[in-house]
Amino acid sequence: MSEVLRVENLHKRFGPLHVLRGINLSVKKGETVVILGASGSGKSTLLRCVNFLEMPNEGRITVEGKLVGRATTKPGVMAYSNAELNALRARVGMVFQQFNLFPHMTVEGNVMIGPMKLRGMSADAARTLAHDNLRRVGILEKAREYPARLSGGQQQRVAIARALAMEPSMMLFDEATSALDPELVGEVLLSMRRLAEEGMTMLVVTHELGFAYNVAHRVIFLEGGEVHEQGTPQQVLLNPQRERTRDFLRSHTLFRLPEPGGGL
Amino acid sequence: MDHEWDFAFLLDQRDFILRGLMATLRLAAACVAAGIVLGLVFASARLSRSAAMRFIGTAYVEFFRNIPVLVQIFWCYFALPILTGMQPDAFVAASVAISLYAGAYLAEIFRSGIQSIEKGQWEAARAIGFGHVALMRWVVLPQAVRHVIPPLTNQVMEIVKTTTVASTIAYGELLYSAKVLSDQEFRPIESYTAVGAFFIVLLTLVSLLSSFLERRLRRHV
Repeated sequence: MSEVLRVENLHKRFGPLHVLRGINLSVKKGETVVILGASGSGKSTLLRCVNFLEMPNEGRITVEGKLVGRATTKPGVMAYSNAELNALRARVGMVFQQFNLFPHMTVEGNVMIGPMKLRGMSADAARTLAHDNLRRVGILEKAREYPARLSGGQQQRVAIARALAMEPSMMLFDEATSALDPELVGEVLLSMRRLAEEGMTMLVVTHELGFAYNVAHRVIFLEGGEVHEQGTPQQVLLNPQRERTRDFLRSHTLFRLPEPGGGL
Repeated sequence: MDHEWDFAFLLDQRDFILRGLMATLRLAAACVAAGIVLGLVFASARLSRSAAMRFIGTAYVEFFRNIPVLVQIFWCYFALPILTGMQPDAFVAASVAISLYAGAYLAEIFRSGIQSIEKGQWEAARAIGFGHVALMRWVVLPQAVRHVIPPLTNQVMEIVKTTTVASTIAYGELLYSAKVLSDQEFRPIESYTAVGAFFIVLLTLVSLLSSFLERRLRRHV
């Protein structure tokens, strides 16, 4: 299988704070990789560096075999052009914790704007494409509504459709369900799961261990800006090798229900 | 005090008054239009990534905001000709001075409007692949316009009223016309009352237009 994303020796500093300390990572086509980690471990920063919403200080990022940026005289430091980054972001979809739909556009307008303005599609073609993707996340019936009329879960599914309409080669999910009321989390996770099953390449930052266990091909545990442990969901979630991973999992599973109908 | 009110002379002089009203409208329109353009240009400068541009934007705002508009008009009309040997007519001097003055305030209004758009909107637009111009055109400005209408309306009303300052350099707008009439007819009370009434009507129209725009734009947000 071909590699969609390769991250090599990635460093990110915010002033004196060294948030990412040499991350190496590779995601193959069709693979879903979940990144876990405590808050402050750098997982969101890592995701945001992949599409350059944060500029890495050092390291190489290769998307679909094409190295982003060009080397400078300083070892490890790359220089990037705006045009190159805009083109890259168009090929890498991103879904945010806060949805960030454009409130002045209808649902279909939100999904159409990228294909129309960046891929030169006609309004009719873009609308067809938008409707296809809204159907994919099960929210076609809201196409003419404005985002303010939708629930958080519905808004997040529209945000997924908006990213999909650019026909990206991979999708990034930055805590896509963390801002949702508990009863709305499921519908979004389900959309993400279907996407993974359709073969979309996905890099997912989440606290939903169940999603990681059931959907991910690989789980990466980030700690202190470094890859602390990685492996299959079974390995990392059920048989963690390192102490920090175990602590993290213990704190996330302190209280659990027995299986419904499973008896006590 | 037993003043006998008599507005009849205003009717006899309606052509003269109408000319004053048109002059006010002309000056106000010129200053609003030029002020908005200047405001947009210098707001962009203040938001630029280039430090030099930011400095230019800040310098413009601080310079023209901190000089009384009357001083700026006098400077354009009385001082500039001595320096350059060219005498601008009253309309040009007044519109240049008032536009520069208003542009400084408008730049701040536009800047705060653009900055009021939350970070998530900028990031979502960038994440789709929009460059700076597309991001501004399709995502930030359409939303900023909504936020900007109330303070913009205030400023436009302020500009319209500021045009009366041009009477000091004998530009024949409403206040100047009223002054001429009041001297001619010995009726300052009626003349200046009429000027006030004209401005009330004019600015009520401006504020109605603004409420209409605000309602239209806010429908969905």
